[in-house]
Amino acid sequence: MAGITGKDVVLTRYADKLATLDAPKGRSLTQDALRRLFRNKAAVVSIFLLVAIVLIAFIGPYFVPWGYSEVDWTAIRKGPDFAKGHYFGTDQNGRDMLARVLQGTQMSLIVAGVATVVSVTIGIVYGAVAGYFGGRVDAVMMRIVDIMYALPYILFVIILVVMFGRNPVMLFVGIGAIEWLTMARIVRGQTLSIKEREFVEAAKAGGAKPMTIIMRHIVPNLTGPVVIYATLTIPEIIIAESFLSYLGLGVQEPQTSLGTLISFGAPVAEVLPWMLLAPAGVLVTLLICLTYLGDGLRDALDPKDR
Amino acid sequence: MLGYALRRVLSAIPIALIAVTICFFILRVAPGGPFDGERALPPTVLANLRAHYNLDQPLIIQYFIYVGRLLQGDLGPSMVIDGFNVSQLIAIGFPFTLTMAMTAFVIATAIGILAGIVAAVNQNKWPDYVLVLTVMVGVIIPNFLMAALLQLWFGVYLRWLPAGGWVNGSWVHLVLPVTVLAWPHAARISRLMRGSMIEVLGTNYVRTARSKGLGQRLVLARHAIKPALLPVVSYLGPGLSYLLTGSLAVEQIFGLPGIGKYFITAALNRDYGIVLGTTILYMFIILALNLIVDLVYAWLDPKVRYR
Repeated sequence: MAGITGKDVVLTRYADKLATLDAPKGRSLTQDALRRLFRNKAAVVSIFLLVAIVLIAFIGPYFVPWGYSEVDWTAIRKGPDFAKGHYFGTDQNGRDMLARVLQGTQMSLIVAGVATVVSVTIGIVYGAVAGYFGGRVDAVMMRIVDIMYALPYILFVIILVVMFGRNPVMLFVGIGAIEWLTMARIVRGQTLSIKEREFVEAAKAGGAKPMTIIMRHIVPNLTGPVVIYATLTIPEIIIAESFLSYLGLGVQEPQTSLGTLISFGAPVAEVLPWMLLAPAGVLVTLLICLTYLGDGLRDALDPKDR
Repeated sequence: MLGYALRRVLSAIPIALIAVTICFFILRVAPGGPFDGERALPPTVLANLRAHYNLDQPLIIQYFIYVGRLLQGDLGPSMVIDGFNVSQLIAIGFPFTLTMAMTAFVIATAIGILAGIVAAVNQNKWPDYVLVLTVMVGVIIPNFLMAALLQLWFGVYLRWLPAGGWVNGSWVHLVLPVTVLAWPHAARISRLMRGSMIEVLGTNYVRTARSKGLGQRLVLARHAIKPALLPVVSYLGPGLSYLLTGSLAVEQIFGLPGIGKYFITAALNRDYGIVLGTTILYMFIILALNLIVDLVYAWLDPKVRYR
């Protein structure tokens, strides 16, 4: 240890100290976005409420004493009654409102989920293909979107649902088939700028086929806008579904959805207020949470505000 | 400008034609027909009926007959409501729908712009918070639920207004439906107006105007409001088409005699004539509104014309 000078001692000590510390970790863009999202209180509360609603809607029915189509002949048109286990009261047929609201929420969530997945998938693939190939392909494909936009949307869904029978599958298809239009436009716009970036050029130089480039290199880079827009699509779909059900064109008895429940509750709300208030409360909570979550995600993922 | 306008009008024609085609074939491919009833009709009657409405022809011939009539402005006969043709039914129902939608449109636009200005001027003070909350309620609560709640509160508990129906054409029957229709529209407009107004109030020329010693009122009236209106103007077209389609639902909920009632009944009865006629009418209105918006844009912003 002859050669050690004071300077060496300091350096060794510093090296030892560094070795005990953790290696510095970089933060990915996703982590950055999540941190921003979790700093937004409204968004966090919304996430908790949404998770709670989803869990209760799907697990809750196993713990409710009554089934959603089960008739209690001793309690018809009765308000909330804790002794009998009708926590939200019963409807005109003596069916437990809590069980029906849970089933209705489940149905609305399923329709919203499936229709969103359908519309997002169609929208991404369509928009990315149009944007990537550009030129005449793009012109034709976006013209088709323009045409679909010109169709009065709700009339179109009503036609589809009425003509092809009123089952939930038709609802998914009908609503999902309309909602992809905006998504396709957004994705196309993003693709136009992404396809000029170096990594796409590199992939092309490496001999990747167009579809590989679209699926492996362009689509993953669309995550931000897609997630934001999908979150904002869900409430629209829930509203569309409940509106169709409200008109009597949606989910059929004994199954139910939030819209169906509201449509049955509205005319009798004067005498049986719980029949309107229970499903309306759930619907409004759901929509508020989704809207706040969408806003939160937009603030978190939108690079403009960084 | 004229060349651009002509190009836009010409490009709208094939869009309209293709959309008509899509609607026509979707309707016909679907199972069921206008003469399926509880009781089956005798085959000869059915054959005569089908022949009368050209339903016995091949689909493609029917399509050309329909388009040929459409080009002459004839929407064809109703197949379920006897003795009426679609144009007559639209002439009965549509003026009501249009009146209601336009009333809502005018009221909502005026209120929306005013509220937006007030909120922007009082940013982050109580009028702003009140507005944000009202907007939230208007945008989030779906129109049918809003209708039910308003009916219950003002129609049943307070008994201030009729909860529905259309007796003697009195305007009090329109208050609740127009409110339901106008609220979301006013909410969106005030949000747009607030945003662009805040932006404009932060610009240099507004500061210059203030430093000249102009009062709040003059700054707003002479310098801020006009440029802040631009995004609102561009929303008016789509907004009106939302109101027109939205009024179908509101009519159904409040039991009002507009075109919405015919449309939903017709769809259930497979009355091809009415369903197609109404859809085409709406489509043309939407196309026309989009066209007008595009032209106004081109007029405001020369860059658009030469793209």
